[in-house]
Amino acid sequence: MNALKLHRKLDAIWSSEPGWRGWFSTVNHSDLGRMFLGTAFFYFAIGGILAMLIRAQLATPHSAFAGEEVYAQLFTMHGTIMMFLFAIPAIEGLAVYMIPKLLGTRDLAYPRLTAYGYWCYVFGGAMLLFSLAAGIAPNGGWFMYPPLTGPIHSPGINTDFWLIGITFVEISAICAAVELTVSILKFRAPGMSLDKMPIFAWYILVTSLMILTGFPPLILGSILLELERAFGLPFFQADLGGDSLLWQHLFWLFGHPEVYIIFLPAAGIISTVLPVMARTTLLGYGWVVAAAVALAFLSFGLWVHHMFTTGIPHMGVAFFSAASTLVAVPTAVQVFAWIGTMWKGRPELHLPMLHILGFFITFVIGGLTGVMVAIVPFDWQVHDTAFVTAHLHYVLFGGFVFPLLAGLYYWLPLFTGRQRFFKLGEIAFALVFIGFHGTFLAMHWVGLLGQRRRIYTYDADAGWTTINFLSSLSSFILAIGLALVLIDILMHMFATVRGKRNPWGAGTLEWAAMSPPPSYNFASLPVVRTRDPFRTDTDLAERIAKGEGYLAKPNGNLRETLTVDVASGKPDYVVRYSANTRLPITLSAVTGLFFLSLLLKIYWFTPVAVIAIAIVTWRWVWSSGSRNDSGLVSVAANTKLALAETVEASPGWWGSTFLLVANATFFGSLIFGYAFLWTIAPGWPPPQWLEPWAPELLAGTGSAIAASAFIRMAMRQNRNGQSPQSGCLLAFAATIMTAVSLCSLMLRIPDPTGHAYGATLLFISGYGLFHTLLSALMLAFLSARISAGFVSPQRKAAPAIVRLWTDYGAATATVCLVISHLPAWLT
Amino acid sequence: MFVGSAGIFILVTILLAMSFRAKRSNSSETTLERAWIIGLGICFTMTVLAILLAYGIIAGNRLTASHSEDAVKVSARADRSGWTFSYDARPGHATRDILHIPAGQNVTVSITTGDVIHSFWVPRLAGKLDAIPGHVNTLKLRANEPGTYAGRSAEYSGPGYLGNRFEVRSHGADTWQAFLQGELD
Repeated sequence: MNALKLHRKLDAIWSSEPGWRGWFSTVNHSDLGRMFLGTAFFYFAIGGILAMLIRAQLATPHSAFAGEEVYAQLFTMHGTIMMFLFAIPAIEGLAVYMIPKLLGTRDLAYPRLTAYGYWCYVFGGAMLLFSLAAGIAPNGGWFMYPPLTGPIHSPGINTDFWLIGITFVEISAICAAVELTVSILKFRAPGMSLDKMPIFAWYILVTSLMILTGFPPLILGSILLELERAFGLPFFQADLGGDSLLWQHLFWLFGHPEVYIIFLPAAGIISTVLPVMARTTLLGYGWVVAAAVALAFLSFGLWVHHMFTTGIPHMGVAFFSAASTLVAVPTAVQVFAWIGTMWKGRPELHLPMLHILGFFITFVIGGLTGVMVAIVPFDWQVHDTAFVTAHLHYVLFGGFVFPLLAGLYYWLPLFTGRQRFFKLGEIAFALVFIGFHGTFLAMHWVGLLGQRRRIYTYDADAGWTTINFLSSLSSFILAIGLALVLIDILMHMFATVRGKRNPWGAGTLEWAAMSPPPSYNFASLPVVRTRDPFRTDTDLAERIAKGEGYLAKPNGNLRETLTVDVASGKPDYVVRYSANTRLPITLSAVTGLFFLSLLLKIYWFTPVAVIAIAIVTWRWVWSSGSRNDSGLVSVAANTKLALAETVEASPGWWGSTFLLVANATFFGSLIFGYAFLWTIAPGWPPPQWLEPWAPELLAGTGSAIAASAFIRMAMRQNRNGQSPQSGCLLAFAATIMTAVSLCSLMLRIPDPTGHAYGATLLFISGYGLFHTLLSALMLAFLSARISAGFVSPQRKAAPAIVRLWTDYGAATATVCLVISHLPAWLT
Repeated sequence: MFVGSAGIFILVTILLAMSFRAKRSNSSETTLERAWIIGLGICFTMTVLAILLAYGIIAGNRLTASHSEDAVKVSARADRSGWTFSYDARPGHATRDILHIPAGQNVTVSITTGDVIHSFWVPRLAGKLDAIPGHVNTLKLRANEPGTYAGRSAEYSGPGYLGNRFEVRSHGADTWQAFLQGELD
């Protein structure tokens, strides 16, 4: 088969439906990556316009441009949009588009999940956009501190848009994180061991794991605050045993890792682009990977540095101050590794390199002011002034936007297969650079003079007029620069001439695909032996196109790729993806109805939406797998591999594992919140503890342990060739018993609206009940699959996945029951 | 701190600029790693941070050091329209948006709030400290000279935040006594 014939055949299998209809049914990572990036930049423009309105208001003293209420919505939405609707989705989009190409494979681990995440982002973002257009946008500042955002001081719907809309959008972050983690660990070209992975994949792996452990505290906080607002459960009300500081802990437990979740992918872009621009390889690959991992760990020990002024004892603060300064070490390791790389090679001043230099200048200043605010006495003065606002823009714009633009200009020839024609990009860069520094140097200055953040105007005699005017003027230069970038990219996409493959002479695999990349990425999967396979092996691209690699023979209409062993990169098993489908958009629309019913307080509809979600999910999972055993699949001349459904560690098992990691972090944050309220909040102990009741405790924990034992029995039966149906049904019965015990517990909880103790207990046991019912649903599904003939001694993937969830449900139910009964016995 | 930061910034800029110079050292990858990553990345950074941190902790301890018994005790209670101050030495009396303190004496302010979170900030006398529902935070103040010092709430508190301000009046010994005796509101 020649290259062209192979291309036609593969393209027919892998491509999305033509035209705009394809947008709604596509599950292709290149399409979805582009859609993610396009939507993210749309929100970047909206957030930018809000920033311009803020600067217009502050340009002169006593400006009548925007009133106090409008101004509050402007700054809240600017922060919210830039963080949640631009930065994170832009990273997801770039990673979704690039990762399979860098790893030399055909798609991500779960193509339908990519689409589901994208549509959750679109629908959740639309909710926030609607609130902005209708003038009822969130207005309590982007970190939403209660009690200001609580039911008493913010009774309107504004805050609900934030809590519900952002939680909806977070689903897409969690989906993308699970997907990218599993893709990087398992879905690579044969032979690509961990130490041969492109550096960008390492950064995305670390970032994804951080999203899985960093976002759950925020999701928990949002749910708790929404429950307080909607049903009067007083988690954050000091007079009823709650504590507003709990929100600050949960928020910054997310919020600080968030900064590194944004920075690390940007650092990954620099580590990828800079060596190519300097015509060499990255200095200290191992050191840089270690630094990224260290940064991830340290970033979870820093959150209290946002709370230095909340009256935490000084030695406690000193510990976090030390941790905050320590984080500068792995950052410095990376910065010096990059500068060392430039010394090692011969840097050339192409456009991506200009943006990298812009990054260096800006980020180093941002890092230095960051060390300043990590020093407690200094922070006590500048906290909540324009100095801090300026600092965070130096870090985020310097550490994210410049690298992102560098990456965009670097990969544009790959995205489009064209070359730049005009010198517009250089002019745009100059405007962005000058405008940015003008705007934010001025803000540092006025912050040191005492201008607080979030004030909507100031007096003429404060002495801030000139500086603010300078800042506003520069911000418009910045905006013009960014608009030019947009025009430049559009010109590039639609107007300029075709360019040659791999214009920068890079060594990574994405350049070995055609540009623009075809729907299937690689006609055959190359065998990787070095970190830069395309650098030395220049005819690699032709060999891939001719089908001289793995999986070169299209198999019917099946979308096939293969996985590898995590560490060594040896081929493991073959994965068959599902084709284009509208299930993802349907499921996210139904998920949207669930959130909408909460937002509009149509609570009778909420259970209907939950049942609809369960039905669509059931169909989703049902549609994969087969009823017959099939043999090994030939992937290359002498290599045959098993199918995914015949292994216990299937993609579904890997995904469930990482989803449960996120889930366990959520549960852990919940237990932390309970302990925090008990020990720190005023108004404890509560007027009444839960009455312990031994039969309930014993029945609940006993049946939870039994469920875990029975699902193991089912797996053993299946392995031995017996029907696993009896074990599965026994496990189902046991989970129902656990659910009954938890219901009994929930009915006996002391008044949940009267004290945070009852509220917390209700939420914890509700969480346990939810997971128990989820296990029951999955066991029912498994039982149906067994009856329909989808499970056999050879096809054993499904029971292993259900076992994970049953174990998790059993463990959480046990913890719920024990900690509910504990306090009364202890006191 | 500013001079140090400027120094580091200039160092990084010079290193960046020099990398464009036509030079080709033939030192090995390991030598380069040792110089750039271990030398500059780890050792240099650790040294600077250690010094800075020690300074910060010592200064912070000085600012929060426990008060001698003779400190004047006052309370501050914030709400969304302003601040109410009361005085241990003059029970039953409260002032609105003006805090009276004696000059040249240590003062402890117990800070709390009646509604949302606020922050007590008198830039010329001390750093910020938050007023949090259900918690009482204590701040140490000292004004060496009699005079008036502007104060602000420095945590966004919704509508009215801009105007949420107060002032601290520090009095000489005579007027302070007059205040305590009720001859001055």
